[in-house]
Amino acid sequence: MKARLTRWFTAMVGLFLTPATLANELRLNMTSGATDMSQTVYDLHMLVFYICVVIGVLVFGIMFWSILRHRKSRGVTPATFHDNVKVEIAWTVIPFLILIGMAVPATLTLLELDNTDDSELSIVVTGSQWRWHYNYLDYDVEFQSILATQNEQTYGRLPKGENYLLEVDRALVIPTDRKVRFLITSDDVIHSWWVPEFAIKKDANPGYINETWTRVNEPGIYRGVCAELCGQGHAFMPIVVIAKKPAEFDAWIQEEESRIAERRAEEERLLDMEMSMDELMELGQNIYLSQCAACHQPNGRGIPGVFPGLVGEGVSVGDRNAHIDIVVNGSAGTAMQSFRASLSMSELAAVITYERNAWGNNTGDRVQPADIHNFIQGNQ
Amino acid sequence: MSEQHKQTDHSSIITKLLASVVIMFAFGFALVPLYEKFCELTGFNGRTDNTASVASEGMLIDTSRTVTVEFTTRTGRGAPWSFRPEVQSVTMHPGEIKVVNFLVENHMNDARVAQALPSVSPGTATLYLNKTECFCFEQQPLAANEKAVMPMRFYLDPDLPDDIRRLTLSYVMYDITDQIQGRSQTASRSE
Amino acid sequence: MSTVVADSHDAHDEHHDHKPTGIKRWLFTTNHKDIGTLYLWFSFIMFFLGGSFALVIRMELFQPGMQVIDPHFFNQMTTMHGVIMVFGAVMPAFTGLANWMVPLMIGAPDMALPRMNNWSFWILPVAFLIMLSSMFVPGGGPAFGWTFYAPLSTTYSGDSTALFVFAMHIMGMSSIMGAINVIVTIMNMRAPGMTYMKMPLFVWTWFITAFLLIAVMPVLAGVVTMVLTDKFFGTSFFNAAGGGDPVLFQHLFWFFGHPEVYIMILPSFGIVSAIIPAFARKPLFGYASMVYATASIAGLSFLVWAHHMFTTGMPTFASLFFMYMTMLIAVPTGVKVFNWVSTMWRGAMTFETPMLFALAFVVLFTIGGLSGIMLAITPVDYQYHDTYFVVAHFHYVLVSGAVFSIMAAAYYWLPKWSGVMYDEALGKLHFWCSLVSVNILFFPMHFVGLAGMPRRYPDYALQFADINAIVSVGGFLFGFSQLIFLAVVLKCAMKKGEKAPAKPWEGAEGLEWTVPSPAPYHTFDTPPEVK
Repeated sequence: MKARLTRWFTAMVGLFLTPATLANELRLNMTSGATDMSQTVYDLHMLVFYICVVIGVLVFGIMFWSILRHRKSRGVTPATFHDNVKVEIAWTVIPFLILIGMAVPATLTLLELDNTDDSELSIVVTGSQWRWHYNYLDYDVEFQSILATQNEQTYGRLPKGENYLLEVDRALVIPTDRKVRFLITSDDVIHSWWVPEFAIKKDANPGYINETWTRVNEPGIYRGVCAELCGQGHAFMPIVVIAKKPAEFDAWIQEEESRIAERRAEEERLLDMEMSMDELMELGQNIYLSQCAACHQPNGRGIPGVFPGLVGEGVSVGDRNAHIDIVVNGSAGTAMQSFRASLSMSELAAVITYERNAWGNNTGDRVQPADIHNFIQGNQ
Repeated sequence: MSEQHKQTDHSSIITKLLASVVIMFAFGFALVPLYEKFCELTGFNGRTDNTASVASEGMLIDTSRTVTVEFTTRTGRGAPWSFRPEVQSVTMHPGEIKVVNFLVENHMNDARVAQALPSVSPGTATLYLNKTECFCFEQQPLAANEKAVMPMRFYLDPDLPDDIRRLTLSYVMYDITDQIQGRSQTASRSE
Repeated sequence: MSTVVADSHDAHDEHHDHKPTGIKRWLFTTNHKDIGTLYLWFSFIMFFLGGSFALVIRMELFQPGMQVIDPHFFNQMTTMHGVIMVFGAVMPAFTGLANWMVPLMIGAPDMALPRMNNWSFWILPVAFLIMLSSMFVPGGGPAFGWTFYAPLSTTYSGDSTALFVFAMHIMGMSSIMGAINVIVTIMNMRAPGMTYMKMPLFVWTWFITAFLLIAVMPVLAGVVTMVLTDKFFGTSFFNAAGGGDPVLFQHLFWFFGHPEVYIMILPSFGIVSAIIPAFARKPLFGYASMVYATASIAGLSFLVWAHHMFTTGMPTFASLFFMYMTMLIAVPTGVKVFNWVSTMWRGAMTFETPMLFALAFVVLFTIGGLSGIMLAITPVDYQYHDTYFVVAHFHYVLVSGAVFSIMAAAYYWLPKWSGVMYDEALGKLHFWCSLVSVNILFFPMHFVGLAGMPRRYPDYALQFADINAIVSVGGFLFGFSQLIFLAVVLKCAMKKGEKAPAKPWEGAEGLEWTVPSPAPYHTFDTPPEVK
């Protein structure tokens, strides 16, 4: 608290000395970002801003001069003029010319921003309530990215970390110095993928794809957020992008590919294994809290009328295959999404087992990875 | 009598205003097909035609340039199948006809009906991506546990603007079984 | 037969200034002044209700973390705040002003369609009861923002959407009836000699606003109908799975929504154009250009809607078109501001409360206009869009713009309505408290938006904490400042104050000042002669 006050105090003193640097210091202004494009956008923003300031100062200056001088208490007699064609033409034409002056650089910047040609890497970005899903088109790599901030921080039971609400479990990794193209879409409602430091904001529309691009200059961690109201988790689906040098990126993606392949092999192996209740419940709780609790709530009670509760009602205590079906495939026309692609067989088995036994549901059912496999193979 | 006169005056304006209200209400609905037509003409929203185009006989293949066409697929929420293209992308000359197969596998023990919806980016390329055959033109009945190969035959119009060197065709495959059953029992499924 | 009876009854009323008393007077009134008063009180109540929802929002946002409410309720609050302020506070306030002032300004005995007038008011409280009751439906009220983008408002919304849609339909009907009434009144009921180009600008701006309402409220009705059928009857206007397009919703909504923005600001232009000349004791500069500028703003408002949608992935050519059109709208808007400043120039100004609010309007509305130009620049809008920069922009235009102008109008005409002068000291206190707090409330939002805070967020990253705390303090200060306004109005309503003369403002012009204060129940039974 004290540090904050000191910062504000220095800031207020500084306000009268160096407004521009100060604004950046306090993060009161748009970021100039991490790419050439974001720098161009920032420059355009400042240009238009200064033009607006000048117009404002002129208009308000004349107005306040008038308020000071032309007041009745000074004993002035009011003039009677109410027209002046020349002046009126001037203040129609001059603003028009100023606007053209702004429109030219704006048009050039937009043309550049909208030009996705010659990209070297394509990533499909899919929004869903309330997480992002990334798929590297040219590689066999895809994963989900979910808010990593603990619930306890939000509800004040733990102190808030430095990157509160701006941290995810798995960040998107991209190379620097390469043009990366993002194909953006959504599984349910409209989301909007926004990374301020890239000057990119594009809506994710269900059933349609949009594209945008970036070319990052410096390696680093860049954070963004969802910018289109998408329901109650809107504030809780941040974006983290890690930019790595091209060589490091290539190494990373190869490692990812082999890791995913390994995981698949592991899955195959697990099919023959029985997992114990304790194993299932422990893994299941972790998965539940990261994947399901945003809607169904950590206590499994859901939000009445919005998200169904799982305690003592519904599929959690009903038919086992119906339960597997809804988790694996999702439910059309609701916020319940499919977890087939994002969770492994053992994770699916664990989370279903957890839901069937936690919070006093105590069905005693154990769902094994092989059950999920059989279900997906249609052999139930 | 002047009262009477005033009354009729009012009614003529009121009639016109009420008519405008009705017209604007209708216009709101008319905007839906107008928007669709506009999108069809300009590729505004990136939705391709759902009718087969016919490649003209003497179409020249523009070998001077190549264009990469990428494919991405998703399944609609609750749709119990996997759906993917056989190849991630193809590189082709404008005017050349290519076939790409899409693989779909129904994981359910009952029959389903699927509808794939295309979207193209950049939207302006939509006008030049012509499909002569596509599974997305029709609803696709899928038998229980059926694995199907669905071909899509297409070409790029040689008039494709030079600055488009890469375009993406995305499909989302929705489960419309319930909608169909809900709508009409008599609507026969195409066999 | 019944017409005759009604006529003779009316005639009877006209000769004696008597009126029914009690609740019946208000329930069945067809008198434009009564209905105007009803509208104004209704909007005042809605202003406090919508404001208290805003305070709930600001309370939650005072600190990072969720303290007071849950995210779902937060979304209901932002939705209800928007709907109530737009459709419940600002629009009815303008309709109330139109009811009171348009007949007085054009020398008409009443509105042209008094019975419809009664209806168009009384369905409004019904609409808002339905709207508010939706919050008590299981699953909560509408939580998709006042813009109710599909498919969040269709496939993914709660059952309360049905109530939301019905309420919107009724509000739309009320607005349309009000607009028809204004148009017919202005076209048919002007006193002899009151030509169009002699009408006060408030009448002119309302005339144009009424046409905007007729043009776009039916489109809104269409859109909410489509939302209803998409949600409950299996249509697919906006559902991609059924071949629809969710972006189409936004095109339809903003085709209504952008003219709607001007519906909420054009009457303000009229109010300010009445007040500034009155207190500068100098005729309005450029009357004709004001009329033309208003008309061109109204016309252009139909061609700029997609500037709300730059990030939806429109083709470049469309973005460019909407950017240019939006920038163009700055020209007629600028003309208006320059005209007001020129009206002040070499006048003899005094600074009673209405003038103070009008001056604050000119400055703060212009700030909102300038940030509007910044928002029009598509590539930069990618950074501004859906952040607090936008929230700051439209609150400058709507709160320190539209709402300030309504307050200016209230102070300006309260002596005429109530027959007593408002308490000038309280009025000035109200003004200065509002002016300071409104800027503490909205100015820092520009910064927090530029720094990257998205709108409609119940919780936010730590870097935004300081500014949000300041904004929340400003919000509460502004909210409680309005209680002073309530005190001023109540004092007038209870006739506590100095007796007002027919024309309390030295420089005021117009027919409304030729009738005594308070304005008698029936005015201009014999039309005045306008030279």
